[in-house]
Amino acid sequence: MPKNVPMMKVYILGEGFDVPEGSTIISAMEYAGFQLTVGVGCREGFCGACATLYREKGDYKLQAGLACQTVVTDGMNIAQIPFVPAEKPIYDINKVEPDIEAFKTLYPILFRCVGCNTCTKACPQDIEVMDYVQALIRGDIAKAADLSFDCIRCGLCALRCPAEIVQYNAAILARRLTGKYLLPKSPDLEKRVKEIAEGFYEEELQKLTKSDKETVKKRYYDRDIKTG
Amino acid sequence: MYPEYMRKSIKKVEKTRPERLKLARSGKAIFPMMSEEERQEVLDNFHPDYKKDARKKVRIGPNKGESITTEVVDELEAYSRIKPEYFDLKHPDYETDVLVIGAGSAGFSASLLAAENGADVLLVTKLRIGDSNSMMAQGGIQAAVLPDDNPVLHYLDVIGGGHFDNKPDLAKALVSEAPDAIHWLQELGVMFDRNEDGTMLTKSGGGTCRPRMHSARDYTGAAICRTIRDEVLNRPDKIKILEHQPVVELIKDSNGNVAGAVLYHLENRNYYTVKAKATIIATGGFGRLHIKGYETTNHYGATADGLVIAYRVGANLLFMDSVQYHPTGAVYPPQILGFLCTEKIRGLGAQPVNSNGELFVHPLEPRDIEASAFIRECTERGMGIDTPGGQVGIWLDSPLIEKLSGPGTIKKNLPAMLRQFERFDVDITKDPILVFPTLHYQNGGIEINDHCETSVNGLFVAGEASGGIHGRNRLMGNSQLDLIVFGRRAGIYAAQYAKKAKTVALTLSHITEYDKEVEKIGVDKKHISPMILPDYTPASVKERQHTTDYQGTLR
Repeated sequence: MPKNVPMMKVYILGEGFDVPEGSTIISAMEYAGFQLTVGVGCREGFCGACATLYREKGDYKLQAGLACQTVVTDGMNIAQIPFVPAEKPIYDINKVEPDIEAFKTLYPILFRCVGCNTCTKACPQDIEVMDYVQALIRGDIAKAADLSFDCIRCGLCALRCPAEIVQYNAAILARRLTGKYLLPKSPDLEKRVKEIAEGFYEEELQKLTKSDKETVKKRYYDRDIKTG
Repeated sequence: MYPEYMRKSIKKVEKTRPERLKLARSGKAIFPMMSEEERQEVLDNFHPDYKKDARKKVRIGPNKGESITTEVVDELEAYSRIKPEYFDLKHPDYETDVLVIGAGSAGFSASLLAAENGADVLLVTKLRIGDSNSMMAQGGIQAAVLPDDNPVLHYLDVIGGGHFDNKPDLAKALVSEAPDAIHWLQELGVMFDRNEDGTMLTKSGGGTCRPRMHSARDYTGAAICRTIRDEVLNRPDKIKILEHQPVVELIKDSNGNVAGAVLYHLENRNYYTVKAKATIIATGGFGRLHIKGYETTNHYGATADGLVIAYRVGANLLFMDSVQYHPTGAVYPPQILGFLCTEKIRGLGAQPVNSNGELFVHPLEPRDIEASAFIRECTERGMGIDTPGGQVGIWLDSPLIEKLSGPGTIKKNLPAMLRQFERFDVDITKDPILVFPTLHYQNGGIEINDHCETSVNGLFVAGEASGGIHGRNRLMGNSQLDLIVFGRRAGIYAAQYAKKAKTVALTLSHITEYDKEVEKIGVDKKHISPMILPDYTPASVKERQHTTDYQGTLR
């Protein structure tokens, strides 16, 4: 932190601490002397470990965010949520068909969605959570996969849902079914895997691994470069 | 929002943009690639590894006498956290065929393949499962799939990027299994970016001679990691998971083979013992050691634990004198200092320019070369842009991407980056990004062969913790690949080993012996490792923690 930064008060577990303005919730907690062991992970907004509920000064609303991505405001009240003990059904991805039946069987709870949009409001990734739940209810799995793509499994949607839906777990199933069954297969990929299995490049690679440094260097600096 | 004085420099970037756009559209190289001599010169003079004090000789253990990154030596020359006499090794708390330490993509791949090969697996991790560097990777995963590409070209790129020091067998395994790794991931349900005919959308990365970077928007690592995590969670019959329990030491048996580990529960502060027929280290790297004071892209738990515990059982380390600084870490706004700005931004056409808006390096040199050129521009040449917080950086001209490929390209291909900067009021479709190299990757690690075996029986390593695959510099997209290729290999070979392994009496006597060596060189008794978690407590707070021996999580 640069010197002479103005300070502000935040409340952690109900107690007030002075922290530098511009701190994120995580850096504010650390500044106050909390050494975090849970409720913290990548610290860059990708892993979803630091789901946090907070309330701003003078406001009654409980808001949700990621502790590593939310800048504190003066008088903010903070409580972290280390993880959400949500249900995750077990399945064999090779036996699940990419249609609505999969979700009727594995996530029947989805169909209780009341359309209140609380999940969407809670999402720190600005995902249209309710829209992908509705897509799943319609059986549009590819749409749900696309809408939910940026999900980081913080669990805040499920935590705030009045219908007890586990949105983020249903979403990973939608994406897996899309990636496996619904997106077109790459013809080049199948071909290359087969070529390699048949030992197509084996001899040349073997030769290269046995070559001296100078030979390899020459081939490296002589190789033609195509960008894209 | 950028302050007014930075706006003046941004104006210059905007002024040179049309000319640079023309150059990019011309199809010619926008800046000449460096020759071998130029590369060496910029490395020697500007790469942090080549600075005085960057390395020192390690005085104990298997690599004794070798020059290694200073901060790593400090972790190796330290006492154990545990007292071996406290442990009843006759009655371990857990028994398993294969113990996997670390729950990122390497640990997940290893667990799945070990289970598939008949082993019962215990997967243990410091944070939650999946909270890892694997999850944070954005740009892509390399595989030579397209018709005008092939594994031989990929091999040359890997070796050249690594300065020809890589272990050839490892590089060969990496490139040969790359297409199959992509295929495996696709069949597990990873949504790789594809055209309507199924052709994979691929981009160039630094040091690649073909566009072979497969991506899933700019959440590539997350898309891979969360998919295989879901698969791991679907196998509770074969894979048992323990979270928030880092390994603090390995256990050996009386034959000298690795045969399990000691876990430390971060919440109840208990220690637990695991007896395992085979053990796989997949603990990742060391960014949180903040080498040479650098900010890092790495997650909170990246503290080189795997290196330390492996070293204490006698495993050899390789290339631990080299550190990867990612050329483009964020330096502004201050909340995201050191965060990763994916190489895919340059892959899509963004150009690095100085405070006058001038090009000074090819955008896609191998990472160490690119990073060194950025440092040269900001130091010797004085052409960087200062931040109010005292950092310096150069511009990465992201708006150029949309000029090249149309509006909406950034939202479609870089949603994570767009969101990251939007949260702090910077619109990267309109304004450039201020960047400087940031501590990113452990190029070396615990030496392995192409079966992921180490110099100690029963101990296998996969992922960033391993050393040899990438030589002294890894290229973009080869880490994601390495996690899958060598994660799977480690799982297969550890399961095979476990089938034959004989269980004999367990011991921690190697810890007692190692501690004696540490004492002999006069290390302060308070200095223990592995670190487990970094400590960001300010001095003003520490002064009041009178009863706390505050180092890592040891209270």
